Amino acid sequence: MSEQDLTLRIRANLRLGSDFELAVDHELPVSGVTALFGRSGCGKTSLLRLIAGLERVRDAEIRFGDQVWQQDGNFQPLHKRRIGLVFQEHSLLPHLSVRQNLLYGYQRTPTGLKRLHPPEVTAMLGIDDLMDRRIDQLSGGQRQRVSLGRALLISPQLLLLDEPMAALDKETKRDLMPFLERMAVESKVPIIMVSHSPTEVGRLADQVIFMEDGRINRIDSLRDSLAKPDSPLFNFAGAAFILEGELGQTNIDGFRPFGPPEARLWVPLFDASDHSTSTRLRIQAKDVSLSLVEQQHISIQNQLPVTIERIDSSGGYSAVVACRTGDGQLILAEVTSRAVRQLQLEPGKAAYALIKSMALLP
Amino acid sequence: MGALGPAEWQAIDVTVRLCLYTTLILMLLATPIAWWLAHSRSRFKVVVQSVVALPLVLPPTVLGFYLLIALGPRGLIGGSLEQLGLNHLAFSFEGILIASVIYSLPFAVQPLTEAFRNIGRRPVEVASSLGAGALDRFRTVIFPLSRGGYIVAATLTFAHTLGEFGVILMLGGSIPGETRVLSVLIYDHAEAMNYEAAHSLSLMILVFAFFTLFAVYSMNRRFGVSRV
Repeated sequence: MSEQDLTLRIRANLRLGSDFELAVDHELPVSGVTALFGRSGCGKTSLLRLIAGLERVRDAEIRFGDQVWQQDGNFQPLHKRRIGLVFQEHSLLPHLSVRQNLLYGYQRTPTGLKRLHPPEVTAMLGIDDLMDRRIDQLSGGQRQRVSLGRALLISPQLLLLDEPMAALDKETKRDLMPFLERMAVESKVPIIMVSHSPTEVGRLADQVIFMEDGRINRIDSLRDSLAKPDSPLFNFAGAAFILEGELGQTNIDGFRPFGPPEARLWVPLFDASDHSTSTRLRIQAKDVSLSLVEQQHISIQNQLPVTIERIDSSGGYSAVVACRTGDGQLILAEVTSRAVRQLQLEPGKAAYALIKSMALLP
Repeated sequence: MGALGPAEWQAIDVTVRLCLYTTLILMLLATPIAWWLAHSRSRFKVVVQSVVALPLVLPPTVLGFYLLIALGPRGLIGGSLEQLGLNHLAFSFEGILIASVIYSLPFAVQPLTEAFRNIGRRPVEVASSLGAGALDRFRTVIFPLSRGGYIVAATLTFAHTLGEFGVILMLGGSIPGETRVLSVLIYDHAEAMNYEAAHSLSLMILVFAFFTLFAVYSMNRRFGVSRV
């Protein structure tokens, strides 16, 4: 069975207190990064704890691939499930050094199952120099990287991340994000990640499980979920979309080319040491304007020829215009309803999408 | 104050054995109880908490009386033992050992509960996810993180058992080499107007108790473990 075919079967009813009930009966896809997305208190963490076996309810059924984790009387405890767990914070064992923390699980993993080893994992997460430190000598971001490394070193079959960045400040989050992205790609371990941040989901997830009031509403690929005008991923910060492409190595005045020639963007370089090539840009629709002609005398550097596909004017004064780029990707532009009328925007019409460079900061 | 005679040495021997065994048994027994009290969400938690704390408020005579009834030849436990061809437990070292375990239970459970509560569930869940089974988790995570709690619990248990009197007198009487512990011997000496002997033993216990408590409170400051 290839990793792509793995599914996680969950059927469970979990009552917490008198007014909250988590009820799921789903087959969840597990490949790449799956985000559990929803408001606080919607049951994301409880669902994660159910999967881990940290919440135990009767009559639940949890199967991972062909392994039974819980069914009828059978209950496989967490230490036999080989699940990597990373919490928001405070999860390093305080009486052990960084090295001892990293090796705690590694040493307990049967030799035949070890796929990931300390040198590659510490390099992947940039923690080589921290090995002999005490836990209280680490910053918040370093702690989370060590926690991630420690979880990876059990060569887990599944990695569960419970808002791994929620307790970090904005700067640290931005620093940690590339490590998470790299880890998701290089470790090849399927990841389920709790998040209520659309930015995190946009950057990391391949598919999204939307949760509300203890229920799973729907399960979508990231692309599909962002293509819907009423996507919950827009709830907090307005409509947004994801562009995927190769980041070129050439550096012109601090900008790097992104995407194929027919849909080329210039992305400001924020970290010169970052040599990642494949990347995602998450762009807010309000940072994109439309023009019917190519602009010459304008500060905006990034213009892409697009074809208008759909116009959603349910927003009153503003409308979200969905366009296709030359390489088939979706771009959303938020413009005023007045502009839609004046420019006579309609599906099928050709236009140029103007994107502010600063909105492209990774 | 004269030198210690054979009766005194015998009482010291019984007392030290009683305190050591009680402490050992209670460390084993109190660990699961304290863990459960620290982390369970069960409705029965309050009930168990109250039962564990009972010896703190009951007059030792009440505890001793019920133990005498239960462990004696006609009691549920003592009677069953007799039927099996064994001896009942009243007026025996085993009997006062059981009594001491119950009598000192809160002094072992409460510091451990506090220590376990301070650790929280997180380190244990983490260790579990890293492949450690229950015993492994206890050995490599819970115990090292609650060492202070164990030291306080063991010291308090030992010292409190040393100060036991009423329960032993009710259940064990004063049988030399079997149930006559120091506190009982002091009582016997005082009854017999042998004040000098009573004094030397009393002073010994007073000094020991002071240093024990001094040590415990110093450790409390260091480990931040609160106590009974």
